[in-house]
Amino acid sequence: METTKNYRFSTIVTEIIMVLIGLLFLVPFYFLFVNSVKTFGDLLTNSAAWPEVFQWGNYANAWEKIKFPSALMNSLVVTVVSNLLLVLISSMAAYRMVRSDTRFNRILFGMFIAAMVIPFQSIMIPLVTVTSNLGLIDSLGGLIICYLGFGAPMSVFLFHGFVKSVPLEIEEAARVDGSSVYGVFFRIVFPLMKPMYVTVIILNTLWIWNDYLLPSLILQSSNLRTIPIATFALFGQYTKQWDLALPALVLGIMPIIIFFLLMQKYIIQGITAGSVKG
Amino acid sequence: MKHRKSSQLLQQLVFVGPSIVFFILIIVVPFLLGMYYSFTDWNGVSENINWVGFDNFLHIFTNDPKFQTAFWFTVRFTVVGVVLTNIIGFFLAYFLTKPLKTRNILRTIFFMPNVIGGLLLGFIWQFIFVKGFSAVGDVTGWSFFNLPWLGDEPTAFWGIVIVFVWQTAGYLMVIYISSLTNVSPDLLEAAEIDGASRWQVLRSIILPLIMPGVTICLFLAISWSFKMFDLNLSLTKGGPFGSTESVALNIYNEAFVNNRYGIGTAKALIFFVIVAIITMIQVRLTKSKEVEA
Repeated sequence: METTKNYRFSTIVTEIIMVLIGLLFLVPFYFLFVNSVKTFGDLLTNSAAWPEVFQWGNYANAWEKIKFPSALMNSLVVTVVSNLLLVLISSMAAYRMVRSDTRFNRILFGMFIAAMVIPFQSIMIPLVTVTSNLGLIDSLGGLIICYLGFGAPMSVFLFHGFVKSVPLEIEEAARVDGSSVYGVFFRIVFPLMKPMYVTVIILNTLWIWNDYLLPSLILQSSNLRTIPIATFALFGQYTKQWDLALPALVLGIMPIIIFFLLMQKYIIQGITAGSVKG
Repeated sequence: MKHRKSSQLLQQLVFVGPSIVFFILIIVVPFLLGMYYSFTDWNGVSENINWVGFDNFLHIFTNDPKFQTAFWFTVRFTVVGVVLTNIIGFFLAYFLTKPLKTRNILRTIFFMPNVIGGLLLGFIWQFIFVKGFSAVGDVTGWSFFNLPWLGDEPTAFWGIVIVFVWQTAGYLMVIYISSLTNVSPDLLEAAEIDGASRWQVLRSIILPLIMPGVTICLFLAISWSFKMFDLNLSLTKGGPFGSTESVALNIYNEAFVNNRYGIGTAKALIFFVIVAIITMIQVRLTKSKEVEA
């Protein structure tokens, strides 16, 4: 009896402390939101208070200044297309590397793994030269190609671990029934890989959607700006104009927050699965 | 037989070909090209590129105080950042594996900063440091909040640390939670019956069993903090007076602001070697501490 009583009491204390820490974690979001709907003067003198009047007009301004629909569209196109192609090419590569265990493939796989240690900043300078020589600069397509290159090692690595766990018997049965190698992959193996491509998509989405440095090097035209680039440009132009900047930030974080809240379960699973493999 | 061989080749091309092409184009070629540039005096535009041997490296090691400051900042930041994010991430996980009613909501809240990119987070926090903190300071009267957060060298360092911890602790928490839930309750119960204190259980049973999780979390925290760029750029731009410039930002400025591609790529090469060595040592060290349950 004594122990359960103790246990219960300590749980309640833990719970209260954790909720307080949780609220502390949310404070930045409170400041961000509350001040995004205040007038400039109100926001300077009274930044902790709840707004007296909600200035939704701030959002209209910010929406226009960062060309939100265009930035959102660019971010969406880059993230979605990169993801789909990455899943396709890296699952195929990983499948072949596991099933055809030649020396060449083993060396190749080793190179993919080794490349994961290279920090982006270590290759970004020559990358700019390479991409501009290839005519990949200043286009969403060029940016996507860069993501295919940078995303391939990690994605191949994750799929590689997964393919090993796919039993060969199913594939052999399908082959006996007259299916081609490609048929086996697309009709049998690929659908089986669902848990892994959910993981790969989640990890790549969080990275690609939020990436600033690579798009800032590749994209120049203002109509190609992704959300991070548009936000950065806005801050350069309107330093300290918080009544414009804060609503722009809220708009900028909204899509990924909504994505997170909807996909929460998969995101947590994806990160767990990805980290065990990584 | 010949048919078989050519179909094998075709399969290799179809399956592995696309990945190889992009990999070579985007990673291998720039990597090799970078090695070459690092021995030249190229400015990024000029037609003539001169081979200068080890001059760039010599310059960096002997005559580049800004790089040394940046390197020292990055090292200090990494040490503090890695320790704090892991301790906080672990304790969040430790308490959120207990049967709390608000457990799932809290997990969501702690993870949320992580889905927002570093650049936007930096801008959000810029406002909080400049306006929010002083508002809290006025209400509470605590001088802590009225410090010149981003404008002073020591506080700017801690400012970036605060944001980094706020952003990444939740990610490590997720990994620690999954490690902790794999620890068998039987073992913990047995230890409790044997009279082990909570601290003893944590140190002698839980910690050794979650070492694989520790390996990953340390690896992630080290590589994130060592490569920090976005947060750095949007929070302080390396200021005041270059005191918070990370190595990554220093490399960027060298190449794209000062137009010294040669020196920039040399720095990038040094950076790569250091990152590779540190992460290899860390993984080896913590892996050796892993035990089988």
